[in-house]
Amino acid sequence: MSNKERILSPAGNIRGGTYLPHNKNTSKCESVVIPAPERVIIPLRQHIGAACEPTVQKGDTVYVGTKIGDIDRLVSAPIHSSVSGTVEKIEAIPMPDGSVCDAVFILSDGNMTPDPSIKPPTIKTKDDLITAARECGLVGLGGAGFPTHVKFRIKDDVHLDTLIVNGAECEPYITADERCCLENFNDVLEGVYLIKEILGIDKVVIAIENNKEEAIQKLYSIASDARDEDDTVKVMRLKAKYPQGAEKVIIYSTVKRKVPLGKLPSDVGCIVMNVSSVAALYKYITTGMPLVSRRLTVDGTAINEPKNLIVPIGTTLKEVLSYCKMGENEPTRIIMGGPMMGTSVPNTDYVITKTNNAVLAFYESTLPETTPCIRCGRCAAACPMKLNPASIEQALNAGATEKYKKLYADYCMECGSCAVGCPARRPLVQVMRTAKKEIRRING
Amino acid sequence: MSSLLNVSSSPHIRQSDNTTGIMLDVLISLLPATVFGIVLFGYRAAILIAVCVASCLVFEFLARKLFKNQGSLLDLSAAVTGLLIALNLPPRFPVWMAIIGCFAAIVVVKQMFGGLGHNFVNPAIAARIILLISFPTHMTTYHEPFNTDAITTATPLGMEECYLSVKELLFGLHGGSIGETSVIMLAIGGIYLIIRRVISPTIPLSFIGSVGVLTLILSGNLSDAIFAMLTGGVFLGAIFMATDYVTSPTTTLGKIIFGIGCGVITVIIRSGAAAEGVSFAIIFMNLLVPHIDGITVRKPFGWEAKKQ
Repeated sequence: MSNKERILSPAGNIRGGTYLPHNKNTSKCESVVIPAPERVIIPLRQHIGAACEPTVQKGDTVYVGTKIGDIDRLVSAPIHSSVSGTVEKIEAIPMPDGSVCDAVFILSDGNMTPDPSIKPPTIKTKDDLITAARECGLVGLGGAGFPTHVKFRIKDDVHLDTLIVNGAECEPYITADERCCLENFNDVLEGVYLIKEILGIDKVVIAIENNKEEAIQKLYSIASDARDEDDTVKVMRLKAKYPQGAEKVIIYSTVKRKVPLGKLPSDVGCIVMNVSSVAALYKYITTGMPLVSRRLTVDGTAINEPKNLIVPIGTTLKEVLSYCKMGENEPTRIIMGGPMMGTSVPNTDYVITKTNNAVLAFYESTLPETTPCIRCGRCAAACPMKLNPASIEQALNAGATEKYKKLYADYCMECGSCAVGCPARRPLVQVMRTAKKEIRRING
Repeated sequence: MSSLLNVSSSPHIRQSDNTTGIMLDVLISLLPATVFGIVLFGYRAAILIAVCVASCLVFEFLARKLFKNQGSLLDLSAAVTGLLIALNLPPRFPVWMAIIGCFAAIVVVKQMFGGLGHNFVNPAIAARIILLISFPTHMTTYHEPFNTDAITTATPLGMEECYLSVKELLFGLHGGSIGETSVIMLAIGGIYLIIRRVISPTIPLSFIGSVGVLTLILSGNLSDAIFAMLTGGVFLGAIFMATDYVTSPTTTLGKIIFGIGCGVITVIIRSGAAAEGVSFAIIFMNLLVPHIDGITVRKPFGWEAKKQ
């Protein structure tokens, strides 16, 4: 059988979604490690769940990989220092989502000395793997930031048959996962086999969009590895359709199962991990170095030379942008994350966190003018959850909470497919967020 | 970076389509039928078209100011309404009456209910019906093609015995409203709209299809069914007026219900002698759209029956 035939076609094709210009300008840009910044500001909450308590004090000496924050709560992940140096202060900083979070300010000594106490863990059992994922500080690197060790804590009576390795990277511009597949290929390869073996998973599907052929061919060698005797590790070429990489979407595309509202992938026998998360976990297992840096794409119309950078966590946007050749004029919009689901920030004092896969800078100065909804139905046609955002907006504006609850507003995953194609430029994602919040408030 | 950057909710990119572009596409799609109507019925048709488009734009401008409604003249929706009204009029219809129709469409039906996106029936259809009830003689006085003198002729649907061949009906070389006669020209416009993804073919197909099927069942005669589909403005109504976004359902199932409803009501009205089936059918179904939308809400992805 030839290579091509061995690469699987999608098992399912979700309705809706949208075809966007890919703008993957950096897919050939090898990642550059930026030098130690003078100072890093590391937020103590970079994941879904409880914020960490600081485990260091002002004046403490820290190294790369020294734990600086942790908390004894199930849904949380520890935070580590990304530079060597001295703790300057612990102070609250604003986060891109509008919240405020305590952060550890560390003055770098410029040496990037690794913590002498770090050593690779031994992985024999499932519990070892869970502990390793936790101590690594690993969270879902695709953007959601769900702590990986929580994902691994599966009840004994639940059998997971499929590990889905998510390499879809469906957001325009971003190539961080793609570069990870190519540059950290060995970590992905070994990580996949390790997780499969330790968790006792039957089969693995490495799913990736068809606009990354080089990575697909590279990943194919994982599937054709000698260890895969019973042919249970497969690469799948997905249609490059946004939001292909959304968890519920990729589960449907790869194994044709639907995750109900409020349920987890494990409820349908799946575990989904981002390729970068797999690589980061394996790197920790071999080196003992926890998650302290982040590969991210810097691109956008205001960047003259787009790049992929490997950045210590806690580096400010200002510092990140200073490593890229900017256009002549100053950008008017900077986005942390992708253009579809990322957050625009008011200044460049914000810092890179574990889940931050891109920094995009644009010239576009004003928001497009909003015109009245003409009920064209494009939002509903594009919604992968089969909702009708226009009707929900109408109900929301009328204050009819019961109505938009009946329109299933709480199913929205805020992918933005509705708003991107709206000819009236209505702020539909904002509408959906408000509606969801209102439903949550009423449900208590 | 001294000044603050722009912030807004995601997504931060937008596709280039906008309302103006969609309306422009509709205008382009109506061009073949419009040009053909002018060729067929002469300069009087051209004047009527120009007057309707212009007066709709003027009424839109004034009424929007008066009612402080959102929207802009540049969205071209008023131009589409004006053109559709004109295409629905007999070629020698008095100009002042046409202006009354435009007033009814833009001021009463559209702007008084909140402007673009808020009208509950199609403004052009409403104008046609208002004119038909107000000036029934003028609205049903038709003219021979290629003859500027007033030689009245019945439309094919109004004839006691139709002598026209299917070919003549397709090309539209017969009396009728300015834009309704040539099925081919209308179909070209419809195909353009479908290719440009402005409309989906669901409503036109279910509308025209159900007119044909129901006529076939009732008459048992295939040529009667074809005749019913090709006359009386079915194509004009099904492609350009029933597909109006504002007054048609958004889901595919809703569109099928809407299209079949239009078709069935058209045939029922026609069976009672009145030739005016299409307009009344569309306006009746327009009124049902909120209810059709209500019963065709799609179950979301991952929906579980027991939870609800």
